[in-house]
Amino acid sequence: MLKPTAQRPMALSKLIDALHYHIYEPLVLLSSDKRALAGLIILVVYILMAIIGPMLIPLDLTPHPEKRYLPPSWEHPLGTDFAGRDIFAQIVHGGKDVLPVAFLAGFVTVLIGTAVGIISGYIGGKLDTVITTFIDVFLTIPGFPLLLIVAVWLARSGIVINIFIIALLLSITSWAGLARSIRAQVLSLKEEAFIEAAKCLGLSKRHIVFSEIMPNLMSYIAINFMLSSVGAVYSYTGLLALGLIPYTPGNWGAMIHMAQAYVGTVTGAGCWYILAPSLTIVILQIGLVFLANGIDKIFNPRLRER
Amino acid sequence: MVSLIATDRVTKIFEVGGMFTAKKYIKAVDNVSLELGENEILCLVGESGCGKSTLGRLMLDLIRPSSGRVLYEGKNICSLKGKEYKEFRRNAQLIPQDPYSTLNPMKKVVSSLMPPLLHYKIARNRREARKMAAELLTMVGLSPPEDILERFPCRLSGGQLQRIAIARAISVQPKFIVADEAVSMIDASLRVGILNLMLDIQRKFKTTFLFITHDLAIARYFARDRKIAVMYLGNIVEIGRTEEVIQNPLHPYTKVLVEAVPIPDPKLARERPLPKLKSLEIPSLINPPPGCKFHTRCPLAEKICKEKDPELRLVKGRLVACHLY
Repeated sequence: MLKPTAQRPMALSKLIDALHYHIYEPLVLLSSDKRALAGLIILVVYILMAIIGPMLIPLDLTPHPEKRYLPPSWEHPLGTDFAGRDIFAQIVHGGKDVLPVAFLAGFVTVLIGTAVGIISGYIGGKLDTVITTFIDVFLTIPGFPLLLIVAVWLARSGIVINIFIIALLLSITSWAGLARSIRAQVLSLKEEAFIEAAKCLGLSKRHIVFSEIMPNLMSYIAINFMLSSVGAVYSYTGLLALGLIPYTPGNWGAMIHMAQAYVGTVTGAGCWYILAPSLTIVILQIGLVFLANGIDKIFNPRLRER
Repeated sequence: MVSLIATDRVTKIFEVGGMFTAKKYIKAVDNVSLELGENEILCLVGESGCGKSTLGRLMLDLIRPSSGRVLYEGKNICSLKGKEYKEFRRNAQLIPQDPYSTLNPMKKVVSSLMPPLLHYKIARNRREARKMAAELLTMVGLSPPEDILERFPCRLSGGQLQRIAIARAISVQPKFIVADEAVSMIDASLRVGILNLMLDIQRKFKTTFLFITHDLAIARYFARDRKIAVMYLGNIVEIGRTEEVIQNPLHPYTKVLVEAVPIPDPKLARERPLPKLKSLEIPSLINPPPGCKFHTRCPLAEKICKEKDPELRLVKGRLVACHLY
């Protein structure tokens, strides 16, 4: 079906080669690690649920008091909440709130942490000392309490809270740990023989940082992106569960908040209202962590077979 | 005539300790002055730890000297800036010892060979750089190059990696190359191939080579008809034409070094006498002996050797640092 390599035009050949290397091979590698594969499937399911779920399953928020706390049935796969609304629909719609915030926050955290770590580690000297002190300050501040305080202040200050503000907020408390370990890695990479070779060849600092050092950090950055997203999910749903930031109904954290307010115990008829969002969050986290474990195989050419 | 690269009384001192122990100092290179012209080969031999690698890196500006100057075409490299420094940087290259760690493990071979070609505009664009990278690989004896270009270093053998390191060093067309124990980590059977490759390059491009090695046999092969310098604990003790120094060593340390070269014949090796040394202990670099550093082991040491450090003197057409002459 495909022409042999020598006969294909070069551009097409390169594209096929790149696709094979970047998409096909990683998938094959991941599938050998059962946990990572499970993680990937979970993630894909959640993303699909967030993107197309709301189109397939309408969200009906009109209260039906006669239907409160119904157990799961064909009509309501996860039962109903305190106002008789379908829980399953709410879970499906919640994804489109939580997932973008989580990944955006993870991305911003990794961006800030990596940039600070690389600058501090590569440039060294006095700048390094100043930045390290700065990092240490952020590390000693307890994350979640700081988050609570800033969240409440934001809510009262009247600043519009949108997805970017929340992502930024979540990143502020979590970038410091990553910055410190990236800095440590950069410090040790600086001493490698291939960096000395690049310096001897006279290559620019920009080339050395982006083209020699970064590829060696990519595996670590990717894993940290996953784990930062995990942390962001917890922080975000935690803030929502405590009712500290505004939300739309159907948001998983909001559901937990409501459940706490309206449901007395975890047993009995109302238990689905608390279990559904909690389990949804937990399964997502497990999926991301499993996937993070398998990411190294993708980024490290030494672990590939050829 | 201005030499290509020269060192002027260069010294390098490293600090050790200081955290939990008292700070100590290691004088790796002690007051060394060397001069290399164009199209020259100098072999630098000595035991491990005598400072030869440090001297090589000082001449490439990978380490800055504690005192003294390194001169490129007569100018102090510390004072070179901008275009002049870029010019020096391009013309002073290194072939390091360990082929396995000198290439970025996360980059394909082609990605390691292209950047210098693009940086110095030897290639006008990426396509040309790629073509030149393939030509370089053929030049160093790796063919077909297409296969090797797309591989990661972890998939290649030591000999191949060292040839790639050589290709990378010559890609910028340097006038001066320091080969720091370039064949020490290569299998014995492949060494001659790599040595011949470097000799071919030297002859073709008339590059000046500083060839650092601890193996006298290799030094003899690479620098035949050229010069050899013997180093001991940071000092150069003898420089001269290779055959003369090896056949007729003047400095007592050189004599011992030549006598210590292993003989392939086991019967002869068993019968040969041990070199005459006063002590088998190598002095530490933290506390070097006063005067001539070799006097603790030298069988011909006299009173003056303990007191005064000998300078390199012209003896029988060579430079020797010994009070005997």
